[in-house]
Formats: sequence, C-alpha cells, structure tokens
Amino acid sequence: MKMDEPNKVGLRENKREDVCPSKKGKLDLKSVRAQIEQAADEKTGPEYWRSLEELAGSADFQEALHREFPKGASEWVDSVSRRGFLKVMGASLGLAGMIGCVRLPLEPIVPYVRQPEEVIPGRPMFYATAVTLGGYASPVLVESHLGRPTKIEGNDQHPASLGGTDIFAQASILTMYDPDRSQSVMSMGDQRSWQSFLTAMRGPLNAQKALQGVGIRILTPSISSPTLADQLRNFLKVYPQAKWHVYEPLNRDNRLEGAKLPFGEPVETRYNLEAADVIISLDADFLYAGFPGNVRYIRDFAKRRNPEDNMNRLYVIESTPSSTGAKADHRLPLRAVDIEWFARALAGALGLDAGVPDLTGEVAKHADFLAGLVRDLEAHGGASVVLAGDPQPPVVHALAHAINAKLGNVGKTLFYGDPVDANPVNQAESMKDLVADMRGGKVDLLVILGGNPAYDAPADLDFADLLKSNKVSLRVHLGLYQNETADLSHWHVNQTHELEAWGDARAYDGTVSIIQPLIAPLYNGKSAHEFVALLSGQADATGYDLVRGYWQKQQSGGDFEAFWRKSLHDGWIEGTAFTSKQVGTKANHLPLATKLDENALELNIRRDPTVYAGQFSNNGWLQELPKPMTKLTWDNAALIGPKMAGRLEIKTEDVVELELNGRKVTGPVWIQAGHPDNSVTVFVGYGRRRAGRVGTALGFDAYSLRTTAAPWFATGLQIRKTGETYKLASTQGYQTMDTPNGDTRPLVRETTLEEYRKEPSFAKEEEPAPGLTLYQPYPYKEEDYAWGMTIDLNSCVGCNNCMLACQSENNIAVVGKEQTVIGRHMHWLRVDAYYQGDRDNPKAFFQPVPCMHCENAPCEVVCPVGATNHSSEGLNDMVYNRCVGTRYCSNNCPYKVRRFNFFLFQDWETPQYKMMRNPDVSVRSRGVMEKCTYCVQRINERRIDAEREDRKINDSQHADELQTACQQSCPAAAIIFGNINDPNSKVSKLKAEARNYSLLGELNTRPRTTYLAEVSNPNPELKS
Amino acid sequence: MDEQHKVTVDAQRAPVIEPGYTFGSVTEKISAIVLTRPASNGWFLGFGVAFTLTMMMLYAVGYLVLKGIGIWGVTIPIGWGFAIVNFVWWIGIGHAGTLISAILLLLRQSWRNAINRFAEAMTLFAVACAGIFPTIHVGRPWLAYWLFPYPSTMGVWPQFRSPLMWDVFAVSTYGTISLLFWFIGLIPDLATLRDRSENRLAKIIYGMLSMGWRGSARHWHRYETAYLLLAGLATPLVLSVHTVVSFDFAVGIVPGWHTTIFPPYFVAGAIYSGFAMVLMLAIPIRKIYGLEDFITERHLQNSAKVMLATGLIVAYGYGIEAFMGWYSGDRYDAFTMWNRLHGPYAPAYGALLICNIFIPQVLWIRKLRTNPIALFLVSGVILVGM
Repeated sequence: MKMDEPNKVGLRENKREDVCPSKKGKLDLKSVRAQIEQAADEKTGPEYWRSLEELAGSADFQEALHREFPKGASEWVDSVSRRGFLKVMGASLGLAGMIGCVRLPLEPIVPYVRQPEEVIPGRPMFYATAVTLGGYASPVLVESHLGRPTKIEGNDQHPASLGGTDIFAQASILTMYDPDRSQSVMSMGDQRSWQSFLTAMRGPLNAQKALQGVGIRILTPSISSPTLADQLRNFLKVYPQAKWHVYEPLNRDNRLEGAKLPFGEPVETRYNLEAADVIISLDADFLYAGFPGNVRYIRDFAKRRNPEDNMNRLYVIESTPSSTGAKADHRLPLRAVDIEWFARALAGALGLDAGVPDLTGEVAKHADFLAGLVRDLEAHGGASVVLAGDPQPPVVHALAHAINAKLGNVGKTLFYGDPVDANPVNQAESMKDLVADMRGGKVDLLVILGGNPAYDAPADLDFADLLKSNKVSLRVHLGLYQNETADLSHWHVNQTHELEAWGDARAYDGTVSIIQPLIAPLYNGKSAHEFVALLSGQADATGYDLVRGYWQKQQSGGDFEAFWRKSLHDGWIEGTAFTSKQVGTKANHLPLATKLDENALELNIRRDPTVYAGQFSNNGWLQELPKPMTKLTWDNAALIGPKMAGRLEIKTEDVVELELNGRKVTGPVWIQAGHPDNSVTVFVGYGRRRAGRVGTALGFDAYSLRTTAAPWFATGLQIRKTGETYKLASTQGYQTMDTPNGDTRPLVRETTLEEYRKEPSFAKEEEPAPGLTLYQPYPYKEEDYAWGMTIDLNSCVGCNNCMLACQSENNIAVVGKEQTVIGRHMHWLRVDAYYQGDRDNPKAFFQPVPCMHCENAPCEVVCPVGATNHSSEGLNDMVYNRCVGTRYCSNNCPYKVRRFNFFLFQDWETPQYKMMRNPDVSVRSRGVMEKCTYCVQRINERRIDAEREDRKINDSQHADELQTACQQSCPAAAIIFGNINDPNSKVSKLKAEARNYSLLGELNTRPRTTYLAEVSNPNPELKS
Repeated sequence: MDEQHKVTVDAQRAPVIEPGYTFGSVTEKISAIVLTRPASNGWFLGFGVAFTLTMMMLYAVGYLVLKGIGIWGVTIPIGWGFAIVNFVWWIGIGHAGTLISAILLLLRQSWRNAINRFAEAMTLFAVACAGIFPTIHVGRPWLAYWLFPYPSTMGVWPQFRSPLMWDVFAVSTYGTISLLFWFIGLIPDLATLRDRSENRLAKIIYGMLSMGWRGSARHWHRYETAYLLLAGLATPLVLSVHTVVSFDFAVGIVPGWHTTIFPPYFVAGAIYSGFAMVLMLAIPIRKIYGLEDFITERHLQNSAKVMLATGLIVAYGYGIEAFMGWYSGDRYDAFTMWNRLHGPYAPAYGALLICNIFIPQVLWIRKLRTNPIALFLVSGVILVGM
C-alpha cells in the first residue's frame, strides 16, 4: 500500500522555476534525494537555484532519469491504486515531452462516484474531500485532470453542501497554485532545509521536556480536525505544562459566550430553516459565505421562497447592508449597538424579562415594526427562528436563545449540539493569556500553527511588537505564505495546502470529512499534522499515517479498509454528525443593560465578503470578485449611510481619517444605500504588509482599530475628512443595461405575494412575434436539444458563487485593479444589484446575468468574420480562433455580456497556472472577444456519454447529469439549465411558470436565458 | 476654352481666373511649381514636421501592435473610440474631393477646375488615412485581412450581413475609383510635365506615367469620355460610402445609433467637413505658391456656400436626433440624449454644437465668405467640431 516517495525529491527545487516535473524527470532514488538535500543545505541563503540538473548533475541522477519510474512500474496492476497507472503514463508522456505536470499524491485516494471503468486521458476524475474556513469544513468534490486538480465543486451527497459551495472553497484552488506561496523552510530570511529545521528544534524540545514544557505555547487557529486535536492533546500529555492557545480573528466568541450564559456549556446552534415560516436575523449574515452552514441554509431558505408554496418571511435587523438583508421582506437598519436594545425589546414584547421596561432610543422609533414582528412571531410559534450574528454581544445570543425557547422553536427549527471547534475556548481571552505570558517572559518556544497573528491579532495586544521585542527566544511559524508573522519568526515552515495533504475536518453539523490530497505538495511543504508529529518526536510520520491511524483507533472492529474507502469515496464519515442535545437553562442569566448613547458615532468592524480575514488577500479571483452590496473590488472602504454622508458633506472616494480611542486609520469612503446612520462599517482583511504580489498594500488595515474590548463595534468614533480622494474600483454601473432615470419597465421585476396571487403573470410582457426578423428563422423545435436557462430571482441570494464557478471552469483571467476601474473585468457572468426606494433603507435585488443566448442574437449579424455563430441547439458560439477583435458584437449586445481581451490578460508564463486551467476550455489570448458558452464543454462531454449509450442527455435515469458550472455551484438552486425541447425538463417547467420573463424581450432578441420574477412576502400588517 | 473666356468677361460674377491669362501662361505658372521652383527652407520645415509626425504615428502603431488596443481608453460597453472616430472623420474628409471632381463635373460647374486636382489628391490621402484606422483598431491587426473575401485555404468567408463587411467593399471601391479618377485626370498634365522637364529621370518617370499621351484629338476624345464615365461611377459613391459607414452605427441596436437619419446626416457631414478641409488646404497653398489668380474668391465663396448648406443639414440631423430622443418615447433613446447633454461628455457635445452649428453661421456674411483668413479659421473650427 505504502509506496515510497518517488515524487518528493523532484519538488523541493521548484522555487521560482518550472514546477513541471516532466522537465525535471521523475526522481525517486534515495541517494539522489540525499544528495539534493545535502546540496540544499550547502546552498543556504536567499539564492534560488535555477534547476534540478544544476543541483544534482550526477551519474546516479542520470540513471534515475533513465529508469524513469523504477518503483511505480510494478504498481499499477493493483486495482486499488490506479494512480500507479496514471503515474507511469504521466511519467512516460512527460519524458516524451508531450504532456507534463502530473503530480500525484503518494497514498491511495479514492475517487468519487463518477468513477470511470478505467482512466481515460481527457476524462476528469472527481474526488471527495473538504476545505476549511475558520475550522468549518466545506465538503467538496475536486475535479482532477490527470493528477491536476482544476476545479472545486460542492459534494451533492453531503448534508452540508447538497451540491452547492461557497466562494472561499471554490477559490482555494487558486490559492493552492499560487506561485507566491511559501516554497521552503526559512530561517531569518535564509532558505533552509527541513532537515536543518529538525536539527534546530531538537535542542529546545529536549530542554523543554525536562521542564514539562513549561515554556512551550502553541497558537492555532480554530481547529475542528479530530486527528489534529488528538495529536495536540497527546503533545500536551508529553509536555503537561505547555499550553494550547486558539485565536482566529473572526472568531465566534460571542456565540460561545452567548450559549454559556443560559446553558452553562458551549453548545452550538444549528438551524433547520426549511421548517421556519418566520426568520428573524439579528445582524446574522447567514446567507453568505463565512457563516457556518451557509450553503445548506441558503438551500433551505430558497426552498421556502417559492410563491406557489408556503413562502417564508424574513426579517433582517442589521447594521451593515448585507446580501441577507437584501433578501429580507422587512429590513431594519440599526447601529450594531442598537440591536441589543431591539433584541431586549423584542424579548420583552414576547413576555420575557429582558431588562428594559420601555422602548428607548432608536428602537422606539420602530415600535410599529416591532409590534408587527411580535404578532407574526406569536402566530408562528414552533415555526419561527431567531438568529443572532457573530458580531453581536453574548447577551443578544442569549436573548435569541430565550426567544426561540419561548416560541417553542427548539427542536423544530433549531437544535443544540456540541461545538465544531475542537477546543472551544474564548479566543480573545486565550490570546490575552498568551500575550501576558509572552510579556512576562514565560514563553521560550512559541509555535504558531497557521494563522497570521502579527497582522490580525487585536491592536491593543501589540502582538507584532511583542514578537519583534525578542521576549520569546524561539518563534516558529507554519504557514501557507511567508506573511507578516513569518517575517517575525525565527523559523518559518512552508505549509501544505488542504488540497495537497491528508487531514480531516468537521462540517457545521459535525460531520467529519477526510481531507484527501489531490496532488503531491507543490513545494514539499508540511501539513499541520506532520508538523505537530515532529514536535511530538515523530519526525518521519506522514499525514496519511497520522490521519488513517487516528481513525483506525476510532474504528475498533469491523472492516477498517472498507470503512476507510467508503469514507474517502463519499467524502464524509457516517455517524459523525453531532446529535441534538438537551440543554438546561439557568434563570436570570441576562446581564443588565448598560446606558446607550443614541447619537454616538459607531465603528462597525466586519469580515470582508471576499478576502475574509485577510487569508485570501493574495487570491486574484476573490480580490476581483465584486463584494455583494458595494460591488467593490480590490479594496476595502469605510461604508457610511447617505444621511450621514450628506450631513458630513462626504462623497464616495473621499479619504477620511477614522479615530477610535487614539487609534487611527485612513481610507476612502463608500456611500452605501441602506447603511444605518451614525455608523461606519470597515472590512478587515486589507492593508496587508506582506501578502504576495497580488495582495500586498491593497486597502487599509482595519485591524489596527480592533481591540479585545471591542472586536466588532464600538462607539466614540471620530471621522475627519483629509481632503484627499482615492479611486475605488466598483463594478456597479459597468455594463449597465438600464438607465438611471428609467421609469417604465425595470429589468428586475418584483411584486408582493398578495399582488402575485391576483396577477401571477405580472412580469410578462408582450414580445414581438417569432417570425419578425429579416433572416430565415431556424427550426429549433425540430432539434433534439434546445438549451435554455432560467434564473429564479426569488431564490438568488447574491452569494457570488456562480461568478467564481464560472471563472474557475472557464479559465477566466484576472485583470487587476487599474483595468477593473476602467471596466475591463472579464467575468462572463455578473451579478447586478438593483436598489429600489428610500436611499436609507432601499429594497435590493440581485440579478445574475450570463449570456442570454438570444435566438435572434444581435451580436451574430454584425461580426464581419463570422466568429460568433448560432449552433443548431441554440447556443451562441464564439470561435476564438476566427475572432479578429472588431468588438462590434459587444457594441451590439444589449445585455453587455461580452468581454474583450484588451491586453494579454491571461498569464501564459506561470507554470502553476498552466496546471490549474481546465483543459477542456481554450485559454484566450489578446485581442479576442469571449463570453458565456453555457459551458459547451460540459454539454459535449455529456453528449459523448449519451450517444455512446444510445440515449438522450438528462434522460430519466440521468437527471441532472448535465449542469453548467454556475448552476452546479449555486447553493440556492436558482439557476436551472436544460433542454427546452423536452417538455418534462425542469427548465421547461420553469419557463412555463407565470413568473417567467425575458430581459429586454421587446428587442426581439428571443433570449434563451429567462428570469423568474421576484415575489416578496411582506407582513400585511407592516405595509409601508 | 470658350467657356472660360466667357466666364472671365462675365462682370456679374467674380471670375474663376483672373484676367490676362492664356493657356500658355497658366501652364507655365503651374508647371514651374513642380519643375523649376527650388525647394525652400519652408518646404523642408514642412516636410520635417510631417515626417516627424509620421514617425510618431509609426511608433504609436508599433506600440499598439505589441501591447494591444488596451492602451487606448476604449472599453465595454462601447468598444469603439479613437480609431473609429478617426476612420469616420477621414472618410468624411475625402468626400469633398469626389464631390468636386465628379458631381461638379457632371453638373458642368467649371469653377471646380482650379481646385479639383488637389481636392482629389486630398481624397486619396484621406482614404489612405481612413484605411489605417479600421486595421489597427481590431484586437488582432495582423489578421485584419480576414475581412476580405479572399480564397482562404480554411474555406471560410467573411460574414456578409455585417455592416463592417459592407464597409470593406465601400471603402475599397471608393479608394480604387478615387485613385483612377485622379490618375486619369492627371494624364495630360503628366504629359505636359514630361515635355517640359529637363531632367532625364523625370522625363522617363513622367513619360511612363503619362502613358503615351500626345494630345491628339482622339486622345482628348477618349480622355473626356473616360473621365465622364468615371465621374458617373464616382457620383453614387459620394452618397454611398458614407451611407455605408453610417450603417455601422445605424444597423446596430445601440440606443442613439439605431436611427434612419444617419445616412443623409453622415453624407452631409462628410461634405461639410470635406469642404472645410479643402479650404484649409487651398488657402495656404494659394498664398504660398502665389495661385491667387487661379484659386479666386469665387472658389472660396462657393466652397463656403456648400459648407453653409451642408452645415445646416447636419444641424437638422442633430435636431432630429434630439427630437427623436423625446418623440420615440423610448427611454433608452431619451436617456442617451439626456446623457449627452448632462453626462460626462456634455462639454464635448456642447463644443460639437458650437463648432459645427453656431460658429459656421457667420458664413451668412458675404464679407467673411471672401476673407481667406476668416474662412481658414471657420474651416478649422468645423474640422475640430467634426
């Protein structure tokens, strides 16, 4: 089973050089390896060597090259590991110079259900694994082409995904291939070998062993991995005086403390939104990536948005306009500090003792709203749910628990269970303790296991300065990047990405997924498991052995091999989900209310919607992904409401100085409709000092205003205009189809449920008769297939998943901020946001716009070279090779979905990106037009399957076998694609619905993509 | 000929040629410019400026081909800008030449004779300039030849429904006819130069170019016939070329482009700017080469009148565009108009109206129509406006 390590040697040397091993040859001789490591040791220092041959040009090496693949050659007959076959084939082809870059992990990983009979080059394999964010696993399927992972999709069998994904999971593939990732062990700015690190650690660890590890501190981010937690606990057994600290900048301390208040134990709440008729969000952005379980919650929420069914109703009380707020039937913008008062008033109105006798302050102005909300809740006892957001203080969480209990929701719409975090401590306190110990000189060896505390630790702890001050004699950092923390550490070890190493992690419901590597580590990094094993004295333990060993211990009895294979194959381990827990409630647990300054200016610190806490700073896809409400890219900004902007005479892009308790930061302003007054929102994750070529020095660092006392919001902010301006790159308003003063027929159509019942086809309008064209209409009805798409605006939550899925599937380039500013971004699919009504609290709508694949496509008739044509199945095809780039088609496209390569936007040089691209999609060059193809490569792949089996695509036995990338990633199942010539297909049925309408149909373009109009479900009592 | 003498004695109208000239003296004076006049410092200065600008253009085009058209500010939603504006502008300039040579010939407007030759030359250069821009504006200029229907080994043809395709035919036809017209008109003159030049090389070159012209009655007969025929061929081109160019816009469904007024409005605009260019060239030339006797006030005045008339048609076009923006009731058209008046390009649109409509109205004053300096300035304003 265990193969030797044939690939590893070839990897270490790939510094800035080509990582394609085909150019290096396949190396696996131990002697060569030793030789190289020796050479690496000798050549310490920042100098990179140019090639492996330069390093090890010996006879042994030549021999190794000649023998190609001595150890793997006999391997492939074993049916268990058919990567052996791949490997041999890859090696041969690689050496023949025909194909390169097959880099397979060493241990057997088990392919997912679409496992072909035999490996066919050109056919991808799918593997189930997981990627994590804040410790929570996103269960995913990874598409792999000949050993190169190319795309991440949701695992449709997993209860936390059901096929959907989130943007961070999808974009992690770009992080994995990021050429700026840390590529070697570093010490004080010099490149070192793993061996020299081992040697360096031996002394201090031995010294600590005698002291029971009293000087050892381990700092990790939130960890849900059972194996890693077990390893760390075992380590603490060996070093009983050592301490394990946890700090995650976007931690869930409030939720933890909020559960401890009533229940006395750190239980975690999980929701069943499908059962909820009324949903109240108290600053909880639960329909966006980063909220644990968001993918599942979006699916459950969207299921209940069908106006033909029993529609749910969403109330959002929030301090920062979010995509969740945009979906609300009733939205109330309040300062974050006011939300506690609103929650108390709500609890009071429901008959709970919430410590506020009367409505006060800002909340008093919304007495009607509150009264209507209360009656609605009372009418839906047991079928309602109140969610509190992470930024809200523990008391709001406690109030939410009390309200849910009072309404009888517990056990119906929400459940309590064990926390996913393996070490559920108050992370701010944990960090404070660590810093106190470091100040006190009690720490001799600080091990930072991932994370970037030098950048994201609370500002009042001065963590970076403390690292600089040499109070800790040995600081070790394991990380994906040589970031701010690595700079201040004595040793930095390059970490493997989750797609390169073995591991495990829990999803929001506790289900464990085994993380399988899809590729051998690109830069020969170490996983956290291997790193902790080293600390525990098992320097040679591999991640595979560690993870497998842990589960072998858990699985006493039974056929472990079958269990292991099944778990890998499915992507999750059966029976690991946390069960619902009965919790006791303490009496009088609510802290007293403190006095509130009604007009104080508030600073609201939030996670960034695209770079999260800053760990995705160097990810171009996420940087260029427009943030859902502002549509800002490449920057953060200080968001303020229109009222406040008017009062302070501040415009968008004015640079202001924000001062909170003597800490200052300057940044540009973005005026955001619907932002509450007297409040400023800033996103963390920008202002990185050492992120990489993409992410360094973008935006401003909001962490510098963040303290342990007020991690999320605080009043007492001062804002001053500096008189400067700063250009922001917002895609809102580019490719606009509408007019600012358009007053007749909007492009996004919506009504209320009440109106919908009276007039279901309100969105329809008369379209020109079919034959009304100069050219002979094509008989599409006679074809086998006529592809079409519907996008349900009611389900769409603006999560941006479709944009990233499209970018990954179709090799779409990143263009950078300068080009985005002038409107040259390349996304084939964009999500337009529309606002309606009062600027201080508008309704907001999302509308994803891919190519419409018009039957009378205006782009086609104007192309002078015929580079864009219609297929018989109704696809508007683009022939890149024929395109000369007149851009006439783009001028003539009423939907503005065509994208032009004004420069050579694609990176044709970086070898990592060559490996990442989808081999089924052309990589476009400069000067050609490109656009959405309805994922024609997927259609054709399925067509081949179907024709070989003499059946039709998506027939009854193969429903949903064909999905476009956007459809597949959509957690809300808002995008449906299929054959409109088949009256029984999902898409045909949706197109027959009353809500179905065409965008700009009056132009007689006859678009194949149509929309289902939005229907909101406002409380009849609260008509405004 | 007779006609000419008649005109010179017609006291009612300003003469097309100053009194006292014979065929001989006219020939003498004009051929002297080519054959005996030494190249002055001024000439070298002018050539130097033109050469520098040409080199700059080549540098700019080279940079463009190396880097991509992203170096321009063009972007989505309207992917055309600088290059297509220049294309339309240059094609428009060319129109005056064809109009003067072809239509005025057919209409027997003999005053054209003094300015037709350089107006035709201007047309040729304008078409050449116009030809550069569509070539370099495409994303992959090295493949721009794919727009021509050549027998490709790939077996693919251009897409004939595209107005850009029609442009290719319109402009190449226009270029060919203009070249032939100019060359055929030039044959007797080349023969004159052949006969008069003393340099042997010049004699050979002029001899070849004059294609054996000996000035016989038969030659003159054939020449006149061919010239008339070509004029007949060229006349529809005056209308068709810019009509086709306007189709690039009018056929699109872009609000503000999709309108039937474009063809006549473009043609009028072309003649308008073309005459402005003729005057811009004629006024310095007549001054520098002392041709006031041949390019007289009459020519200037007639050109000014044509400008005034076509300028009013253009003004009408602008008016109708604005009117239709409102009258169509189409919110997109209405917005396009509103955006032109109030949007980011409002100053440019305002300048366009001032240059093309308001300032040229001074040409109603007879005194200014005959004042070369005033005409030169007004023409400059029009060219800026277009």
